[in-house]
Amino acid sequence: MNPSGISGGRAPALIIVAAILALIIIVAIAFSVGRYPIVVGDLLRVVWAWLGGAAHGLDPAIETVVLQIRGPRVIAALLVGASLAAAGAAYQNLFRNPLVSPDILGVSAGAAVGAVLGIFLSLGIVAIQSMALAGGLAAVAMVYVVARAVRGHDPLLVLVLAGVVLGSLLGAFVALMKYLADPYNQLPAITFWLLGSLASVDPRDLWVAGPLMLAGLLPLWLLRWRINVLSLDDEEARALGVSTVRIRLAVIVGATLMTSAAVAISGVIGWIGLVIPHFARLLTGPDFSRLLPVSVLLGAGFLVAVDTLARSIANIEVPLGVLTAFIGTPLFLWQLMTARREWR
Amino acid sequence: MSLAAKNLGFGYRDRRVGSDVTLELAAGEVLCLLGPNGSGKTTLFKTLLGLLPQQQGAVLIEGRDANTLTRDAIARQISYVPQAHGAFFPYTVRETVLMGRTAHLGLFSVPSSRDHAATAAAIERMGISHLADAVYTQISGGERQLALIARALAQEARVVIMDEPTANLDFGNQVRVLERIRLLAGEGIGVLLSTHDPDHAFLCADRVAMLHQGRLMACGTVSEVMTAEKLQQLYGVAVTVIAVPMGDGKMRSVCLPLGRK
Repeated sequence: MNPSGISGGRAPALIIVAAILALIIIVAIAFSVGRYPIVVGDLLRVVWAWLGGAAHGLDPAIETVVLQIRGPRVIAALLVGASLAAAGAAYQNLFRNPLVSPDILGVSAGAAVGAVLGIFLSLGIVAIQSMALAGGLAAVAMVYVVARAVRGHDPLLVLVLAGVVLGSLLGAFVALMKYLADPYNQLPAITFWLLGSLASVDPRDLWVAGPLMLAGLLPLWLLRWRINVLSLDDEEARALGVSTVRIRLAVIVGATLMTSAAVAISGVIGWIGLVIPHFARLLTGPDFSRLLPVSVLLGAGFLVAVDTLARSIANIEVPLGVLTAFIGTPLFLWQLMTARREWR
Repeated sequence: MSLAAKNLGFGYRDRRVGSDVTLELAAGEVLCLLGPNGSGKTTLFKTLLGLLPQQQGAVLIEGRDANTLTRDAIARQISYVPQAHGAFFPYTVRETVLMGRTAHLGLFSVPSSRDHAATAAAIERMGISHLADAVYTQISGGERQLALIARALAQEARVVIMDEPTANLDFGNQVRVLERIRLLAGEGIGVLLSTHDPDHAFLCADRVAMLHQGRLMACGTVSEVMTAEKLQQLYGVAVTVIAVPMGDGKMRSVCLPLGRK
């Protein structure tokens, strides 16, 4: 019997090593590509100098591009992609459905209301991001409280229904504010935010969002075995000794924290939380202790790649939400048609 | 007594399904629960397992009130084999059985080599080692039932409750599952199972309980309870119980339907 015991012919170590290598290559390309191309050697020297090694002796413009412009953006893409994919993987297990995305409990809708309200009130960027974060957390908290108040139905079904209903209510709020917004200043900003972008990421954002995302990831990783059991029927999971209500709450809190922090700095980016866990599951099988790390690596790599495209394929920035859909949809359909292994 | 119900009332919030059920299950004993559709067998099982709140009376596990035990403490004492079902994600049989170890794991733990060993042993005992790395969603209904029983064994509980373990199985698999249940009892495990086939009680049970409209109509040894009159009363059709020579000098009873009363 092999020590991981449950690989079923899949080699998790190999998949993780391959995913890490792919991620490193994608990150190196992301740093190199752009209006100011940088060769890998220069990139390494700048990073080495930044880490406290020998001075790089290069044009200071190169340092500015690497550390001030592309660095924060690449790290933001890594964090946001990883968070959305991890939250998606957790929710797909929680709701026992591979078609679930991190938005299901209204986190994006809540964050959108917060951010759009911030833009509507002409607040600063920090305030807008804080309101997006608070909006996402508040929306999910409301959905959870409403769902817990309803008794005598399947708890998951009630959660999803409450999420859908509250999500559409929040969508109406966003529509109302778009309607009332100043069409020359505010409306383009609102639209841009709703389509998702990492163009205006500030290094300081990362010092807030990063720890929040890690704090959200922690319960998902610690509870990884219980999350496997949670994908069984509710009564079955309880008969196996899992306190489903408590574990479910911990997963919802973790996934919501990650998604809210991601949406706050990047705006709404769809598809990653839905599609990436699918691919990860095809590679690793459903065991969450392997699914989670591989989802994180693939999600991070995917968003860095898409964001690099977003800023380099045209003279203008292409909104991320648009690109992820353009790339994600054919990938998803291709996978749907070619996958031999059933994933549900 | 490993498991006991005292004057148990059970059901859902707005609908009482059964009441005044008193029964006991000892270690190493097979108790077979018979009852027509809708008599409350599954609801009773779920209440015994603490999955539904009791509406009246008490459930005692090793003499302790089940309401004072945590979810994982109950799971270490009683395991549950639901009717074979689909799964939502393609876990392998080994992963599925390994989930039976959850009650023995700390909140943040993952299965250790000890848990893997217990899992492999449970799979071996159910005779499905060749399926260990097969995907649970892709094996047959009978194989799934054996995998779910293996999961209950991996749970290492003293009592196993099985909800119609022979439903949806072909004739051969029904007999194989009942034989394995008999073997489990031989190892000191108490088994409470429900079935729709009275002959299964003759095949594997020590005692039989009859649940009729949520009340215990009869409970006792096979020969006391499994009479033509009682079966007729339970199911509302005329039956006869006859003894058949088994060829080794022993007799075994079978139940034959005669039609409407």
